Amino acid sequence: MSTTDARQEGAPDSRMAPASTLGVFATLRRAAQVSPELLDGLTLTLALAVVAATARVLVPIAVQQTVDTAILAPGGVDVSRAAALVGVAALGLAVGAACSALVNVRLFRSSEAGLLTLRTRAFRHVHDLSVLTQNSERRGSLVSRVTSDVDTISMFVQWGGIMLLVSVLQIFVATTLMAVYSWQLTLLVWACFLPLLVVLPRMQKGVNRRYAAVRERYGAMLGAVSEAVVGAETIRAYGVSARTQRRIDAAVAATRRAMVRAQTLVAVVFSSGVLVANLVLAVVVVAGTWLGVAGDLSVGRVLAFLFLVQLFTGPVQMATEILNELQNAISGWRRVLGVLETPVDVAEPGDDAVASPRGPASLTFQDVGYAYPDGPPVLRDVDLHVEAGTSVAVVGATGSGKTTMAKLVARFMDPTTGAVLLDGVDLRRIASADLRRRVVLVPQEGFLFDGTLTENVAYGLRDEAPTGGLTPEAVARVERVVAELGLDTWVAELPAGMATPVGQRGELLSAGERQLVALARARLADGDLLLLDEATSAVDPVAEVRIARALRELARGRTTLTIAHRLSTAEAADLVVVVHAGRVVEVGTHADLVARGDHYAAMHSAWVSQTR
Amino acid sequence: MPARPRTPADPSRPDASAAGSALRGSTARRSVGLIWRGMRAHPRTYVAAVGTSALFGALTVAVSRVLGAVTDRVVVPALAGSEQAQGRIWLAGLVVAVVALALAGAVAARRVFAGIGVADIQADHRRAVTRQYLRLPMSWHRRHPTGQLLSNAGSDVEAATGVFNPLPFALGVVVMIVVATTALLSTDVWLAVAALVVLPLAVVANLVFQRRMTPAITRAQQLRAEVADVAHESFEAAALVKSLGTEDREDARFTDRARALRDANIRVGVVRAVFDPVIDLLPNLGTLLVLLVGVQRVAAGAIGTGDVVAAAYLLTLLAVPVRAFGWVLGELPRGLVGHDRISRVLDAPGVPIDGTTPWVATSPGATLEMRGVDLRVPTADGEVELLHGVDLRVEAGRTLAVVGPTGAGKSTLVGLVPRLVDPSAGVVKLDGTDVREVRPADLAAQVGYVSQSTFVFEDTVRGNVTLADPGDPGAPGDDEVWAALAAARVDDVVRALPGGLDAPLGERGANLSGGQRQRLALARALVRHPRVLVLDDATSAVDPGVERDILTGLRADDDASGPTVLLVAYRMASVLLADEVVHVEAGRVVDRGTHDELLARDPGYRELATAYERESQRRVRERADAEAADVWDEDVATGGGRR
Repeated sequence: MSTTDARQEGAPDSRMAPASTLGVFATLRRAAQVSPELLDGLTLTLALAVVAATARVLVPIAVQQTVDTAILAPGGVDVSRAAALVGVAALGLAVGAACSALVNVRLFRSSEAGLLTLRTRAFRHVHDLSVLTQNSERRGSLVSRVTSDVDTISMFVQWGGIMLLVSVLQIFVATTLMAVYSWQLTLLVWACFLPLLVVLPRMQKGVNRRYAAVRERYGAMLGAVSEAVVGAETIRAYGVSARTQRRIDAAVAATRRAMVRAQTLVAVVFSSGVLVANLVLAVVVVAGTWLGVAGDLSVGRVLAFLFLVQLFTGPVQMATEILNELQNAISGWRRVLGVLETPVDVAEPGDDAVASPRGPASLTFQDVGYAYPDGPPVLRDVDLHVEAGTSVAVVGATGSGKTTMAKLVARFMDPTTGAVLLDGVDLRRIASADLRRRVVLVPQEGFLFDGTLTENVAYGLRDEAPTGGLTPEAVARVERVVAELGLDTWVAELPAGMATPVGQRGELLSAGERQLVALARARLADGDLLLLDEATSAVDPVAEVRIARALRELARGRTTLTIAHRLSTAEAADLVVVVHAGRVVEVGTHADLVARGDHYAAMHSAWVSQTR
Repeated sequence: MPARPRTPADPSRPDASAAGSALRGSTARRSVGLIWRGMRAHPRTYVAAVGTSALFGALTVAVSRVLGAVTDRVVVPALAGSEQAQGRIWLAGLVVAVVALALAGAVAARRVFAGIGVADIQADHRRAVTRQYLRLPMSWHRRHPTGQLLSNAGSDVEAATGVFNPLPFALGVVVMIVVATTALLSTDVWLAVAALVVLPLAVVANLVFQRRMTPAITRAQQLRAEVADVAHESFEAAALVKSLGTEDREDARFTDRARALRDANIRVGVVRAVFDPVIDLLPNLGTLLVLLVGVQRVAAGAIGTGDVVAAAYLLTLLAVPVRAFGWVLGELPRGLVGHDRISRVLDAPGVPIDGTTPWVATSPGATLEMRGVDLRVPTADGEVELLHGVDLRVEAGRTLAVVGPTGAGKSTLVGLVPRLVDPSAGVVKLDGTDVREVRPADLAAQVGYVSQSTFVFEDTVRGNVTLADPGDPGAPGDDEVWAALAAARVDDVVRALPGGLDAPLGERGANLSGGQRQRLALARALVRHPRVLVLDDATSAVDPGVERDILTGLRADDDASGPTVLLVAYRMASVLLADEVVHVEAGRVVDRGTHDELLARDPGYRELATAYERESQRRVRERADAEAADVWDEDVATGGGRR
């Protein structure tokens, strides 16, 4: 594993917790803390559920009463008594059904309300995590934590949860009635089910392992599919569809195998429940008849037992499936709670927070070093001071650490040694709301949302641009910025001007056009310190020069830090910083550094020879 | 009794054989079609599943009959004091136990086969959907969100196959009801009527349920997809969200959809909440009716106590199985919606037709020709023309630079060569053959394409360069891979990775810088020794010096008559490496010639080519002016402000 001995202390491990490690009950308790709505009105719901479960024993009671007091009545068959019994039982069943419906509705409402809270809190926490943590997990898998994992829980609470509740109550009521009829037979029935109760949890563990394998294979399969979707262009251009399909087919086949393995074991578990339930019938027939012969039981009661065992075995059979769903729900819950448990390693300042008001921004690197977790250092001993209002160009070879510098200023992560200061204040002591207002980063590949150009640029208005439709003022501001940057001629040539849709991730635009949109957006975001990381690398030279000039005009009084391969940027900057192998090796004006005849002079002459 | 129930599919065969995957006709007909197609695709599994389920149905009825017989012949007489009956108690227990064992076996087999069936049909759908993804053109891909395509292969497939989970069970219940009806009719007609009268009610309840459920389920499913889309887009944009501090805004966007999903889920829940107790209630009411009628029939002397018990018991046994119809009917709306979503992929038009003409490499470079090429693409607001009347010819082994302002259509133009998109009119030819007629494998082998943004597979470095499976005999050897990496000037980077060629690259190559990813993509093209190399601004994130090395490296090959190169570039150094330049603006070819020719006669080109130079000169002038101004006012800041 180790690649270099020179590795120093890297940034702390910032990976996303794969899942919470809480036990079953601790998970449920934590879940109830996160989503208190789950417990809303639970007492009344439980009371209604007791009524619903009690109604279920009405049929066996009716059978027993009818057989003993109507059919086998001393004075011959008593039809009117049977009619009265049946009428009362029917009424009771109707009341039970109504309670049951109420229980369901109440549980649906409270569980969905609780899961909404869980979903939105997890979503928010993902955005609050540091960029490093976000990048430690695939996007698809992050998405599943706020979608399918929550859906799994929703399925459980709605179905398994209701059944679990009803079943437990039903077993309780059935046992009570059985004990009233015959305690001996009740003990015997319980004795028959006990082995099942011992064996089932063990088999259930096996089932869970196999379902875990299904989920793992399923995730891998979606990963393979996502490559085919996101990498469609490359796959097409290189004619590797067949290979991609083979990879997907292998993942699909593995998912299928895992599913069959899991379901086969479930079939064995379930049918063993069926077996025990029906064997209990044999036991009741034999033992019940003997007890009857001994004079302890009437015919009606023996028969009622057969019906009661049915009430009893249904839930026990179901229990295996419900437990299984419960396990799925718990592991879903653990994965979502895992998100909430993942610490925010780029934390908000505590009591030592310092206000950072708007205004010209100065920037200082104080003995800054950085190494990615488990990686070699990428920046060392960087000392640099940038006065407010200065335009700085950072140049250097690929991999020299330029982008890392920009990321540290945007506080995507914190330096492993030293400090980055804004107006003399350590970034770690500035509230993120202040920092984000003041520092705006434009990366090389800015993200575009699936919407129109206007919507994408307006994103720079942040909270001033509501999601549900833009105000005329917002649109006007967007148009003004587009004109200020000289982009209006480009926009005029687009099929629908600013209303042109950009497509998924902006794919209907070229890479250069996407950069133009990202720039306009950043301009609208109006920070005091603008970080441009290769922000115009894919734009044509005329446009780049025009934009650079426009930005300089607009950024007057503001500080800009530009990372660029094209040294036209450096020529125009107030200050040029040359980074080499993680260290700042030269700082000065373009003219000074050219005259010095070292790193920068060599880079510049190479660039000039290429452009002219 | 037939081992297999009649499926109501036959009179008019569902249009499975007709073109397309979409199910047509009324909802009932579409539902039958969905079920029939799935079962027909795996006949052996479903014969076994339905057969064992039928056995289960028959054995369930047998349990109630045995209990009825035991009541009449053993329990009642034994309790009445019959010694003979008391001697038969053990026998009665044994008979019940044997039936129980057989029943458990049938249940196990039913579930195993049902599970295999679902897994098989899901695998079929997934293979079909992903095959189609790989066939559909880029224009289709760009119109469809990633999240949606993932859920087509994931949750939509699950939705479309959900009905197959309870299906064998439900078909077994049909057998159960047929057997039970026969048995009851042979006992007593009145008792049979009393026992069976709830069944039509159950069917009606199911139909009402289905009608209410369909719109609710559709909406919930759609919202689930929307929630996933928002989450996907928002997490993809995580860095932007962070840098602008727009977490609250994203939160609001997500919460809005999540709330709508909650409401839709509750709506689904309420429908089910009402339906469930009703379907539970019906068999119980049936049991009571059987008791009532049974008592009268016993009073009339038509039947015995055991017959009443058997009929009543049968109805309690039916309580769960009758729900299987509900499960099937409940899954059907979801299944149809899922199937429709899958069908929209499978039936999507515009799958390019693969050519069949072999294209044999005769020389290191190929001749490229475009004639009268137009390209129009559909958008929400109608068609948009991206290219118009493009005529081009590049001789074998020559290098052509495509130059033009951002958004001029350069990428679209060069994308025609590897057939990322086909022209709406006109023709693109390689060595005189229309690219649409060339065998795709030959085209891919001989056209190397490197795009602006690089896609890195979650694979090793080797796998990302060769794009071949390990052990593929046709794959380039390690020496060739290293040579390609060296030519792309990325060999040092790879050597430094733990594992070298075997180093795994994370999702989308997250552990490489932008420039490193571009150079890796370049190596991917170079290792194939293509006869046409298309570089779509493929070195934009590479340092100028490194870029020059790579491009002159290409030229070194070129001198020994290398590949034909089509180059989209902004840097004049790259452009100067080309033999000729074509100037593109707004989807049209403006001019074509050598760099010097265009510089002399094409003002638009001149502006592009000399932008930096003019800017430098302008800046020098400004500095001079500013210094002059400083003499007048020391306080005026330096740096060009005037135009």
